[in-house]
Amino acid sequence: MCGQCGCEQGAPFTPEPTRIVLQRNLLERNEQQALHNRIHFERHGLLAVNLVSAPGSGKTAFLEQLARQWPRPPIGVIVGDLATDNDAQRLKSAGARSVQIQTGDLCHLEADLVARAFDQLETRGMDLLMIENVGNLVCPTAFALGEHLRIALISVTEGEDKPLKYPALFRSVDAVLINKIDLEEVVGFDRRAALANLRDTAPQAEVFAISARSGAGVEAVMAWLQDEQRN
Amino acid sequence: MHELALIDELCRIAQQAAKDQGASTIHSLLLRIGNLSGVDAEALRQAFAVVATAPPWSSTRLELEVVRTRCFCAHCRQAFRPTDLIHQCSRCGALSSDVLEGRELELVSMEVS
Repeated sequence: MCGQCGCEQGAPFTPEPTRIVLQRNLLERNEQQALHNRIHFERHGLLAVNLVSAPGSGKTAFLEQLARQWPRPPIGVIVGDLATDNDAQRLKSAGARSVQIQTGDLCHLEADLVARAFDQLETRGMDLLMIENVGNLVCPTAFALGEHLRIALISVTEGEDKPLKYPALFRSVDAVLINKIDLEEVVGFDRRAALANLRDTAPQAEVFAISARSGAGVEAVMAWLQDEQRN
Repeated sequence: MHELALIDELCRIAQQAAKDQGASTIHSLLLRIGNLSGVDAEALRQAFAVVATAPPWSSTRLELEVVRTRCFCAHCRQAFRPTDLIHQCSRCGALSSDVLEGRELELVSMEVS
């Protein structure tokens, strides 16, 4: 190689690979930002909730009810969708202050997206921040956003076995809302089986049955959120 | 789907570590994934194949080590390995929500030169 000692005659010089021990969590950057978000939320006096569900389970309808019924309005909502700002408009009509995140092709929210959206939110007089994640029961699981509480929402039209199909998500939540109970009989939903599945896969979670359309059960969820605010 | 975002982050961390070492080739990466981490090993491999094409990635091996779930039973005060997604203690039958292992998403080590 050096042209003097004849080493270029032999095999090309290839140094032995060196092993580097890293032990780095792939989510560390997101988790640092999430921690930063959380401190930020607390400085603004907010309880922050990450709301996760499949598409069409009724996240936005539930948040509309919450915006109308919350005792100290307005609530703040950061809402993620791949495209359109339809949800933010719906929530504004219900009295919430809302900011839409259009994620493009990203299938979940990440902490830095939430940080940027939060900068656009007027938080004066507000004590509750709801973060509506992209409709997806897989990808949002791993990404902390800085929330104090994580809630999963499932609806009776999806069947009783959602918790068995997506155990990682259900194990990570503080509460599960079973929505569309006004349709329970029509679709033949077996609530007992659903509760048993939740008890098995998410023993840590509070469970509430609600109808986002009629508003039934939303009061109990609000009482729980207010308890959590005091803690 | 989110495997692509994770691989992006993996490459960012590894590339920075290689640079810090003055290395120009990354031979292998050892990634530890828990079976509750919500990632699919095959999707990770595909995402890596899409992202890692140019140097220093041209011949990088991605090694995956899957970590099985381990839980703690508060009743028996002992760890156990659940046999399925219901984390039921094999000794007393109590349900556990205390996961000790299984959520890992960790770049353990890499080989560079």
